[in-house]
Amino acid sequence: MPILTISGLRKSFGTTEVLKGIDLSVSNRELVFIIGPSGSGKSTLLRCINRLEEPTGGGIAFDGVEVTDRSTDLNALRRSMGMVFQSFNLYPHMTALANVTLALRKVLKKSRDEADAIGREALAKVGLSDKTASYPSELSGGQQQRVAIARALALDPKIVLFDEPTSALDPELVGSVLAVMRDLKAGGMTMLVVSHELRFARDAADRVIFMDQGHIVEEGPPSAIFNEPREARTRAFVAGLLR
Amino acid sequence: MEVFLHQFLNFEIMQKVFPLLLKGLWTTLYLCVLVIPLGLAGGLLLALLSLSRRRAVAWTTIALVDLFRAAPPLVLLILLYSGLPFAGIKLTPTAAVCLAFFCNTSSYYGEIYRAGIESVGRGQWEAARSTGLSAPQTLTYVILPQAVRNVLPDLVSNTIEVVKLTSIASVVSFPELLYSADMARSVTLNSSPVVLAAVMYILLLWPLVRLVSRLERQVAAR
Ligand SMILES: Nc1ncnc2c1ncn2[C@@H]1O[C@H](COP(=O)(O)OP(=O)(O)OP(=O)(O)O)[C@@H](O)[C@H]1O
Ligand SMILES: [Mg+2]
Repeated sequence: MPILTISGLRKSFGTTEVLKGIDLSVSNRELVFIIGPSGSGKSTLLRCINRLEEPTGGGIAFDGVEVTDRSTDLNALRRSMGMVFQSFNLYPHMTALANVTLALRKVLKKSRDEADAIGREALAKVGLSDKTASYPSELSGGQQQRVAIARALALDPKIVLFDEPTSALDPELVGSVLAVMRDLKAGGMTMLVVSHELRFARDAADRVIFMDQGHIVEEGPPSAIFNEPREARTRAFVAGLLR
Repeated sequence: MEVFLHQFLNFEIMQKVFPLLLKGLWTTLYLCVLVIPLGLAGGLLLALLSLSRRRAVAWTTIALVDLFRAAPPLVLLILLYSGLPFAGIKLTPTAAVCLAFFCNTSSYYGEIYRAGIESVGRGQWEAARSTGLSAPQTLTYVILPQAVRNVLPDLVSNTIEVVKLTSIASVVSFPELLYSADMARSVTLNSSPVVLAAVMYILLLWPLVRLVSRLERQVAAR
């Protein structure tokens, strides 16, 4: 029983169609990995799922809720979907703990003590117990991204969407973020990950999706996509990544 | 030289008019306390409206802001105070001053806020909205604190201009500092009261000017 079902999803910006009918379902506890050339619509797909972008057609069902319905409570929906961005997007004027607890306090109306307790626990999960009082500018890129992950986790989401979480990081910092994502996977979190970290995909992904020009071209287990892709476009792209 | 000192730096006269000017200074401060918060609040409103997704709202606001930034505030004040009675609306001097300043000052503050809000990256919006914060909550807790911090020097600079501008209230016989000084000048037939008023303005504003320099350095260092 999938937790997320996307059917015939379309998105246009003006006259250019960026998503041309995407069908994809994600099961509970599954880690689905999305690869594809720049501009193929990977970010747009993730952003449609929590409606940071308005889809122009098709449907998205998440955990029994029709995401694209007018009557859907967007703020409640977004709470149950964590999102992690390439550029971290931490609030620079707040400490790590305040970044993590803002939504707990303002959206879930938790008391400061209660929110702080949850926030500390989330920061501990990403290995940053000692950085609760640090501002983003005092943290390395890897630490900032882990705070961003903690910010998503604190709301106890049912899925986390990752949009190139390690692309802005120096190579030596990538490992710490991937380690957190591996822990999440081991803990049974459902994850949709856009990334180019093939090693991680091979180890952790249940399924790999290859997107090109607004279509899902091919999908399958990591070994199939990376070792014996069926489509020529997939083969060319994977060969480029492996080089 | 003797004549010059007598005309501009006559301490005897300064001493005599000092209480009157002090009262004028208080009135100026009173005006500031009315007009600055009004402008800051109105400016925020205009900035938000001018960034509205509804084109009609945004364009109307931008047109109004442009109009009031182009209109000389003195002309506006005279129109409101002396012109409106012909349309059957009689404003008290305080009301006329507040209204004229509201139009002018909030337009300028509004442009500053707008620049501040635009200086905060889209990613901040998206991160906040993705955690379930509503648009007003995102503005309040995430966008505006950063926006204001980014344009704080401009906000304070504009406030300095507003303090200076309060002297136009003298045209509607509002007994603020310049009005008091000029009255004292015409009674004593001596310019020293005006010099004294200038000194008072400078003492009032100099700390703010220093503050702007410090804030500018801080923003540049970030
Ligand atoms: N807000 C927007 N307005 C107009 N066009 C957009 C907008 N956002 C994305 N696009 C276009 O949609 C296409 C897909 O963009 P998207 O960011 O989803 O690609 P991507 O697969 O994530 O690429 P990358 O690997 O570079 O991140 C691109 O051609 C992009 O220019
Ligand atoms: Mg992208």
